[in-house]
Amino acid sequence: MKQKALKCFLMLALTASAQAETVFVTLEKDNALAVVDPIAGKLIKTVPIGQRPRGIFVSPDNKFLYIATSDENTIKIIDATTFKELGKLPSGKDPETFALNPAGDRLYVSNEDDSLVTVIDVAKKKVLKQIKVGVEPEGITVSPDNKWLISVSETTNMVHWINTKTNTIEANTLVDPRPRAASFTADSQQLWVTSEMAGTLMILDSQTKQIIKTIGFEVQGVTRDKIQPVGVVIDKERNRAYVALGPANRVAVVNAKTFEVEKILLVGQRVWNLAFSPDQKRLYTTNGTSNDISLIDLDTQTVTKSVGVGTYPWGVAVKP
Amino acid sequence: MRLATVPYSIPALILLLTQCVNLSFTQAAPKQTINIAYLTQEQVIPAPLSNLDPFVKDKGVIGAELGIDDDNTTGEFTGQQFNLKKFIVPLDGNVVDTFTKEISPHFQYVVVNLPAQPLNQLADLPAAKPLLLFDVGTRDDALRNEECRRNVLHILPSRAMRADALAQYMMKKRWTQWFLVVGSNPEDRLYAEAIKRAAKRFGMKIVAEKAWEHTYDARRTVQSDVAVFTQTEDPYDVLVVADEQGQFGEYLDYRTWIPRPVMGTQGLIATPWHKTHEQWGAVQIQHRFLEKAGRWMEEEDYGAYLAVRAVGEAATRTQSHESRSLKDYLFSDAFALNGYTGTPLSFRSWDNQLRQPVLLAAPRSLVAVAPIDGFLHPKTELDTLGYDQPESHCHWDK
Repeated sequence: MKQKALKCFLMLALTASAQAETVFVTLEKDNALAVVDPIAGKLIKTVPIGQRPRGIFVSPDNKFLYIATSDENTIKIIDATTFKELGKLPSGKDPETFALNPAGDRLYVSNEDDSLVTVIDVAKKKVLKQIKVGVEPEGITVSPDNKWLISVSETTNMVHWINTKTNTIEANTLVDPRPRAASFTADSQQLWVTSEMAGTLMILDSQTKQIIKTIGFEVQGVTRDKIQPVGVVIDKERNRAYVALGPANRVAVVNAKTFEVEKILLVGQRVWNLAFSPDQKRLYTTNGTSNDISLIDLDTQTVTKSVGVGTYPWGVAVKP
Repeated sequence: MRLATVPYSIPALILLLTQCVNLSFTQAAPKQTINIAYLTQEQVIPAPLSNLDPFVKDKGVIGAELGIDDDNTTGEFTGQQFNLKKFIVPLDGNVVDTFTKEISPHFQYVVVNLPAQPLNQLADLPAAKPLLLFDVGTRDDALRNEECRRNVLHILPSRAMRADALAQYMMKKRWTQWFLVVGSNPEDRLYAEAIKRAAKRFGMKIVAEKAWEHTYDARRTVQSDVAVFTQTEDPYDVLVVADEQGQFGEYLDYRTWIPRPVMGTQGLIATPWHKTHEQWGAVQIQHRFLEKAGRWMEEEDYGAYLAVRAVGEAATRTQSHESRSLKDYLFSDAFALNGYTGTPLSFRSWDNQLRQPVLLAAPRSLVAVAPIDGFLHPKTELDTLGYDQPESHCHWDK
């Protein structure tokens, strides 16, 4: 009887969590992947994944996870349900950040040590090209219209605009020092780029490739040099953007129309990367040194939960 | 006139200027050339203290070379070409001759890896006045105070900055009673002065101070020497050693009368760069340097790298090669140099010192990064290290 009740409960629990989205977090120091049920606010399990996992993406069909295991010099293809390793992509040396094109058939990797961007054919698991970029390429993204591949080099302080058809650099924009992350708006019209050293967020026009706005941040009780913007995401309607401010331990809410900073939310320590829930009602943050993720309710713009996940949470991806 | 008293319109102008040149580069513009000289003199190779650490002859120069590589990668996209010419004066050579004949007529930017005395001798030459000299060899507080020169920018942290970094850490640990051991070289006494200043600044107590006058040979009597030497009347928490050349400091640890940690020039050291440092992208530059040099990056290399990168950064941002505009940019609010230490680096207007974090490192582990959390400053916490503006004795007479 008791057993039956437990079984019932388990099945109920399973169906409940099957409906909710799943959050995946790479744990740089634990060599593992944390699987989180964000609605319940619970760490479901931790799966060993390989040496020093950092960048992570869910395939457009939600079947696979791509995870850069930096110290193994590869990007692994992982089954998004069973977490079995299905294959490896030839990422080049020390992959950290990478991007998928909208179709999911091209994957672009920043090779920081070699100042290269590696272009990979996902289906054939083959390198198509290596593109020479500035020193220490970091942030990388593809425009939703699949026109531009963006590579941001931290030491050269540049945004490289790479034509996705020819895989060649067509333009370069000099930006504020040590640029980290770049994200396009859903209409591909604007590119938002963060600068860690200047503590700024820059908005670039995709047509002119020029900076149209530079936003600075002020946090009460935090000196300017602690404000180091890293991850940035913009919602589909271009109403608001969210910026992780690194060791300032805050996420800034920016009005994406007026470019005003509307709110500063306290999250965990050294907040790094950000991901929306599929319905864009929630935002998840990885907090590098407090070993947790924060859940932000975007309707009320409040931090509702934090979930301990493991050592050095780095990347975050969400599966519906 | 002090730079700090320059009206604010200059930084504002710079910001405006940089925004105007914040262009995108769609085609290679006609090349602009920026020439940087690197000047050093050969050293007498000191007697080996240990077989573990081979003497590094080319400290500094490979850092400058890596810096020029990075400048030129940016230059490829902005139409600027950076050249580095190295001048390594032989032991019996004359640096002033080399400077006046080969450098000052042709270069506006000079990375100088020389001791304090020849550095200021060069800085005072009439031909050096319009130049920018980047000092990557000294840590002297006097050069940043009474003996400061307007045309010299100091890249490495001063002794005061290092001592303050150690003091902040010891204050956090509540290791407040120090026993100071001082070597016999003039540099050791300067280091000890910085330690005393830091102790006073952070409310620490030096309960005993002794000069090390024993042998420098580990194979002889050091075991008993150190035990006897480290007996003090008053109890202490930490043994602070001032031995910049490393003549005896390494022999103190594990040989003291009572079990106490060693800090200062040996044991836990304060340094701008260390091989154990990996955070904030440091792994990348450690790899790149190791690949190029076949050895770890020393602090002089780091200093030379930063100096060349500072010129590159200023030239790229201003799209200029004129020392006047570059200097204005270097001292503007817009200047933020990445030193791979988690905080943007900039120059202090009152003494031309590069403000920077200081690493506290044990031989095989990075222990802390100063400024330590909790040491606050109204402007930037980096200015809790070393001589802050109100304390500075630098007046730009020269």
